[in-house]
Amino acid sequence: MGIDLKTVKHISKLSRISLDDEKAKKLEADLNSIFAFIEKLNELDTKNVEPLTSIAETTLQLRKDEIKSTNIREQVLKNSPEKNKDFFVVPKVVE
Amino acid sequence: MTNITDLTLTELVNKIKKKEVSSREITNAYVNRSEKSKKLNTYITDNFENALKKASDFDNNPNYEKKLPGIPIAVKDLFCTKDVKTTAGSKILNNFIPTYESTVTENLWKEGSILLGKLNCDEFAMGSSNETSFFGNVQSPIGKNLVPGGSSGGSASALAAKLTPATIGTDTGGSIRQPASFTGTVGLKPTYGACSRYGIVAFASSLDQAGPMTGNVKDCSLLFDVMCSYDIKDSTSVNFKRKNYFKELNNSIKGKKIGIPKEYRVDGMSKEIEDLWQKGINIIKDSGAEVIDISLPNTKYALPAYYIVAPAEASSNLARYDGVKYGFRSEGKNLIEMYENTRSKGFGDEVKRRIMIGTYVLSSGYYDAYYLKAQKVRKLIKNDFDEVYKKVDAILTPSTPSSAFTIGEKSNDPVSMYLNDIFTVPINLAGLPAISIPGGHDSKGYPLGLQIIGKTFDEQNIINIAYAMENQINFKNQIKDWWI
Repeated sequence: MGIDLKTVKHISKLSRISLDDEKAKKLEADLNSIFAFIEKLNELDTKNVEPLTSIAETTLQLRKDEIKSTNIREQVLKNSPEKNKDFFVVPKVVE
Repeated sequence: MTNITDLTLTELVNKIKKKEVSSREITNAYVNRSEKSKKLNTYITDNFENALKKASDFDNNPNYEKKLPGIPIAVKDLFCTKDVKTTAGSKILNNFIPTYESTVTENLWKEGSILLGKLNCDEFAMGSSNETSFFGNVQSPIGKNLVPGGSSGGSASALAAKLTPATIGTDTGGSIRQPASFTGTVGLKPTYGACSRYGIVAFASSLDQAGPMTGNVKDCSLLFDVMCSYDIKDSTSVNFKRKNYFKELNNSIKGKKIGIPKEYRVDGMSKEIEDLWQKGINIIKDSGAEVIDISLPNTKYALPAYYIVAPAEASSNLARYDGVKYGFRSEGKNLIEMYENTRSKGFGDEVKRRIMIGTYVLSSGYYDAYYLKAQKVRKLIKNDFDEVYKKVDAILTPSTPSSAFTIGEKSNDPVSMYLNDIFTVPINLAGLPAISIPGGHDSKGYPLGLQIIGKTFDEQNIINIAYAMENQINFKNQIKDWWI
């Protein structure tokens, strides 16, 4: 099954990665060769196979719901590209 | 006295404990050699000044009870280190200074080790040659313009060039074992759940594991012993009885049953790799172990399944890089455009490619055809291993289908690059431990690795088999310091 340029642009939109036409064309070629390789899996009949959903053979551990980190607001904001007092700043979303 | 940087990790630990050498002297030796080795491009961020200060602090107030007393170690730049820049080889994290420490690195510092610096790697660990790093290619000390492998390429190169006495990497599909194989070093990918993933920049969460990279098997057992711990902060960390992997190291493999899977004899495999594998088989037989032919019939489906699972998980994990909470931001007219510009300019081509693959396979209408299918194939691969482990204790294969290639040789063909990991990927899909040890050289003088695959949480067994084989192989890296 081929992936066309329209699909590449759709995936780019979903991925929130903008692409110019040249890059989109290159990706179209790359994705087609990768998916041609992936399609090999269709040889296998997996109708009656249970999917593997966890490889660690343990059940998830429960823990007490306790507050362990306090007063870390500064740390949380420290690496933000733009902040204002206690908030992350983003471009205006409400007109 | 021999050069400090020529000593092994365990030799350094012994010498420091006997007070024959100080932490400052050791750290100084590695800093000096690293300073002279900038051509290799192994470091993204150095911590030399701080390391020397910490070494002096250690000497002034030494604690010789620690397992790595005053030993400097450089680590892959995928581990978050408190107050030291952590980039994951990406432009998008080029200004990121963690406010917390990864559990695995914390384990090293708790045992007396000192951070020497952060080592180059493929961007978000996506690559097999260290060519996708925002910070440029890493040169292999094995030869000029040769790739060190990837994604832990800076780690492998720094280790082989003796810029650090040992190092740690991460392995999602072969990222410790393949570079170890390319550089004539030892690399262990532990069982999923053995080492904590807390504080490691995530690539594919169901496959990622941290592991040691060292000059020999004994050093590997020591470093793994320090790294491996149960951690409440990683929900997939497994609380099993961990051994003292260093103390329980021995080279007796008499009576062990080692499987040789016929499916790893792939089409077009070079005679050199065939011969290397046969050499390994002979060594095992001579050491009194039993060699058994086995079959892992679904091996050929591992790589295609991996290229669904890993990108799918990556596309989800990397959604967090949005230019809001940390990392690089590129402005836009509105919020969506800001996201798109940030991610478009912040990620490199291979990362974008994988995010796109992952987004596609998870997009509406395709989930069953791709992700669910891959998870079913993963089950079949796991079943293959479960079945053979009723008959054998471990499995021996080559680590890679070829020796190291040159920079640029494969970077334009993603599928040919992905094929590098054909022998390592099945192990990640099944969550098993595997170790790569140097097995010999090819006709060009480049190292070739042998891989020993173990049962779940049976690291001690494969480390011991590796130790026995290492003794017989007697590999010597032929590195001529061409870059100094």
